[in-house]
Amino acid sequence: MTTTERPGRFDPPSSPVSEPFWEATKQRRLLVQWCLDCDKAVFYPREICPGCFGANLEWREASGKGTLYTFTVNHLSPSPTGTDGPFAIALVELAEGARMMTNVVGVPVDDLTVGMALQVTWDELPDGRHYPIFEPAGGSA
Amino acid sequence: MGDVGVRGASAIVGVADDASPTGQLEIGGRALEAAMIEQALSDAGLTIADVDGVCHTGSSMGLAEYLGVHPRFTESTNTGGSSFEVHVEHAAAAIAAGMADVVVSVYASTPRGDRARGGGMGGPGRRPMMMGGPNPQAEWEIPSGIRMPMGAYAMAATRHMAEYGTTPEQLAQIAVSTRQWATMNPKARYQDPITIDDVLASPMQSSPLHLLDCCLVTDGAGAFVMTSAERAKSLPKPPAYVLGVGTCHDHAMISQMPDLATTAGTISGPAAFGMAGIKPSDVDLLMGYDSFTITALLHLEDLGFCKKGEGGPFSEDGKLGPGGSLPMNTNGGGLSYTHPGMYGMFLLVEAVKQLRGECGERQLSDPNIAVAHGSGGVLSCMSTVVLGTEATLS
Repeated sequence: MTTTERPGRFDPPSSPVSEPFWEATKQRRLLVQWCLDCDKAVFYPREICPGCFGANLEWREASGKGTLYTFTVNHLSPSPTGTDGPFAIALVELAEGARMMTNVVGVPVDDLTVGMALQVTWDELPDGRHYPIFEPAGGSA
Repeated sequence: MGDVGVRGASAIVGVADDASPTGQLEIGGRALEAAMIEQALSDAGLTIADVDGVCHTGSSMGLAEYLGVHPRFTESTNTGGSSFEVHVEHAAAAIAAGMADVVVSVYASTPRGDRARGGGMGGPGRRPMMMGGPNPQAEWEIPSGIRMPMGAYAMAATRHMAEYGTTPEQLAQIAVSTRQWATMNPKARYQDPITIDDVLASPMQSSPLHLLDCCLVTDGAGAFVMTSAERAKSLPKPPAYVLGVGTCHDHAMISQMPDLATTAGTISGPAAFGMAGIKPSDVDLLMGYDSFTITALLHLEDLGFCKKGEGGPFSEDGKLGPGGSLPMNTNGGGLSYTHPGMYGMFLLVEAVKQLRGECGERQLSDPNIAVAHGSGGVLSCMSTVVLGTEATLS
């Protein structure tokens, strides 16, 4: 059975508002914005909270734990590096409540299940940043 | 908030569309747009001199300048595939308020022809689909390697399957029923019947969606003309009255969609049906945007044709196809007729032609109420238009 791999990827650009997020990834730390008024995670990073329109936001370190909200497996690879896959592209719901698009690696394709427990791991980017991806909680099979 | 007089105050009085079994059209750009407008105006018994409102998803100023029209109603809303339903909504309000008299909307897109001609937007290479304006998608979605737009719909399908037990066979039945309609549309790209097995055996694109779960990429164009109900009565063809309209978008990027198994059609649909004063069981024809099989399935639930989560069982008996109790996408849809990128125009054109009785072999028996439900972006902007014959006005 084929196991999900890391796709070659376009390097994500960084915007001024998201710089703390990307800076922290250099130390493999996962940050999310937190709205102090709503007491809720905000993702993607913004200048205002989409829940209350307030600007009372701070960066907090996330646990790196999450669950698989949904996914798709690319069977025809569009990977710019020509890697073959399969690649699981996923929406992962962090324990803190934010939902992010990412990859799930190290899982036999047929074992991918909505709701499965995941933990963050990191994919090195050429400029020293890391891209947060996920593997099964407790490590890859 | 009640109906401020939009119901039945305006009508679609002229339509035109074009596509080809080859998937390719001979001309493109403004020339094709002008041809569509000319046909739609001629269908309406009107001329360009009557037009005082112009809608275009790119630039209504550019289009109006080309046409030599100086409109007092101008509309450049672009919500992707649902843009044209939004144009109907805005034009209906403007006409009802006396701010426009004759409004035209047009669409032309020729990805295949452009490629054959060696130019345009259809050149080689993969262009990630991007939203306009500041682009969080490049930062937060594209690096995952997602294939857009199909990856977004695939994620919705996975979620729907996990939450409600929807099966690949049930999704495939939607493609099969839609193809049955396409066998009766001589302009359709694909006109040969298919089976559920054919869909499931077609190459997996972005799981769980197979090639035949996905819409086409073809050239296509269309236009519609709207005017007041009063003026419509003096025109040669039976008007398709605008009975209800409603729009809602709840995200731009798929990763920001609140619930991937529920669309903003739960807002736009009841708003439009409420204005029209109809229930789902009153609908004789559903033109439900089918960029993918899952897209159409979500409309069935979110517009209230069946309960949430039951779109799969609802579709699997073939009731969406010829002879069924809820005819859907009688032109063959985006899955089998044509899909040039923003398909919502074709929903409206077919709805009007069916209400007039102009659809030949695939003509329904005396339909009175047709719904055109557009979906734009990645399940982002839902816009619902209820159209009715004169019999529905009272």
